[in-house]
Amino acid sequence: MPTDQLSGARLLELYRTMVLSRHLDERVWLLNRQGKAAIAASAQGHEAAQVACVEATDPSKDHYLIYYRQFTAMIALGTEPEEMLRGFLAKEADPMSAARQFPLHGAHPRVDLFNFSNVIATQLPQAAGVALADRLKGSDAVTIVYFGDGASSQGDTHEAMNFAGVHKLPVIFFCENNRYAISVPLEKQMGIESVASRAAGYGFPGVQVDGTDVVAVHEATKAAVERARAGDGPTLIEAAVERLLPHTTDDDHTRYRSADDIARMAERDPIRILSDLLKRRDLLSVDEDEEIHSLAKQRVNVATDAVDAEPYPGTETMFDHVVDISTYDSGGNS
Amino acid sequence: MPELTVIEAVRETMQAEMRRDETVIVLGEDVGNRGGVFLATDGLIEEFGESRVIDTPLAESSICGVALGAAVNGMRPVAEIQFADFVWPAINQLVGEASKVRYGTNGAKTAPMTIRVPYGGGVRGGLYHSQSIEVLFAHTPGLSVVAPATPYDAKGLLASAIRANDPVIVLEHKRTYRLVKGEVPAESYTIPIGKAEIKRPGSDLTIVTYGLMLHYALNAAEMAAENGIDVEILDLRTLRPLDADAIAESASRTGKALIVQEDTPAVSISSEVAAIIGERCFFDLDGPITRLGPPELPPMPFSPVQEAAFMPSPEKILTAIMKLAKI
Repeated sequence: MPTDQLSGARLLELYRTMVLSRHLDERVWLLNRQGKAAIAASAQGHEAAQVACVEATDPSKDHYLIYYRQFTAMIALGTEPEEMLRGFLAKEADPMSAARQFPLHGAHPRVDLFNFSNVIATQLPQAAGVALADRLKGSDAVTIVYFGDGASSQGDTHEAMNFAGVHKLPVIFFCENNRYAISVPLEKQMGIESVASRAAGYGFPGVQVDGTDVVAVHEATKAAVERARAGDGPTLIEAAVERLLPHTTDDDHTRYRSADDIARMAERDPIRILSDLLKRRDLLSVDEDEEIHSLAKQRVNVATDAVDAEPYPGTETMFDHVVDISTYDSGGNS
Repeated sequence: MPELTVIEAVRETMQAEMRRDETVIVLGEDVGNRGGVFLATDGLIEEFGESRVIDTPLAESSICGVALGAAVNGMRPVAEIQFADFVWPAINQLVGEASKVRYGTNGAKTAPMTIRVPYGGGVRGGLYHSQSIEVLFAHTPGLSVVAPATPYDAKGLLASAIRANDPVIVLEHKRTYRLVKGEVPAESYTIPIGKAEIKRPGSDLTIVTYGLMLHYALNAAEMAAENGIDVEILDLRTLRPLDADAIAESASRTGKALIVQEDTPAVSISSEVAAIIGERCFFDLDGPITRLGPPELPPMPFSPVQEAAFMPSPEKILTAIMKLAKI
């Protein structure tokens, strides 16, 4: 599925995914304000980085360890708006965790995408383990693990990169750097300029890329995927993105970001940037752009109406799947 | 039947399970050419190679996090934490993460991983090579915790842990490694997780215990027998899930319960066992539920005098037996 370069048709398709993600994201925020969605973390501003990264991978065999802001990556990997909304609205049919977990947490029903935890950076050592298992199985699958700039401060990030570097594991450490760990700015997270420069300490390449640039992120990820599949080891990609909204629906970024800072972000809105690019290349007209937005909004409306009416899980299933005690008696996997 | 030490039983079991199932891998600090600091993995790297016997960087969180990731992707990792005292950096990957994989994915993902943790004192280990760390794991739904005290149980419970489809913490008492010998069948067998065992039948009083204290309790019971007291000893073997039926059955039958542990008593395994007996055996008891453990101090002083004063001993257990038996 990845081509050498993104064709015009693929660029347009990625744009459609980003626009759908944006409308769904806006809807979830609205549902929170209506008291229906308890919590949401927005991907607004991260869409290009996520969609372009996924485009460079192979969902039929690769593994995706996401974190809570991976809205667009999940849609790019084929998650339907209804499935996403079931998580946000804590419905029984939530395919990720049957509403045991926060939205976007659990395991995906079709691709190998999972997100066990709200604890920052725990997924990084787990990603190294997933990749280690692939090596033992003789698979050429690649493991992509997503995290934010805040996660780069965690000890698990160091331990994971060190382990992956030692064993030259097929892992892509994909950092979406929006410069804020909730309210704490990058300069209070690290004494260096970039997350990517840390890769030097682990013996693999670190690449900085403009995370609003679909083409650049795709190229960087594709190179990392090829390197990993060839057995040459990990890559750390740092995609510079904007967090257009507060950390979550429970946050208020005006408490710690200046009005100027917030206003300036609009210039780096990846949807506007890709829309402009497509128009410059005559791949998209103003009318067609409006139609893409209109269709996305309709899609989200249909999904919202359907899922809003669905039931919450009852108490009859809450005791399921704690441990499989059938294997405790005599080695049930024999 | 061959007689093995606990450490030999552990080693043979890992070797047998690795031969039986190629998805079983071993990882940890010094598990390769060194064969583990206690020699639990001695010889495994020669037979199974570096790909399945993995010397990790000195970083416990990634040992457990990597094991978790590998388990989710089709392996059955057996991770070794060199000393229980060093497990704290990995608590998040075990208590926070591994315990919730099945529940948090509604059964879609599982983590069949074993964490072997040498624990316990009486080995001149001081504050950081003596700790008992079972309570935090035993408190956690989604984890199982076994604490075999004999070579036979070590083999059967470790095999069960490796074959189980969920994370199991295997606590191996360091002092039992070479101190305790016993007959172990050469062939493969498993012991059910969650089943206690009466190691000494008796009629006057029940001691509930586990780990090294099982052996101290057996010594004390022999001394008590000379004083005409017939002590029953129930070895918990599994700390989560506790075998509440076996605990209640024995305590109800003898009417007196003494719980002996090496861990400090406040909010501990003995607290839980006492609660079970209180809830289920109240009308069958003819003496107070009694607990014997060390003082509430950070375990445990390096000084040999203070270490001995800290640790429960057969003599201290005998004193507790005689006091309870005379009520």
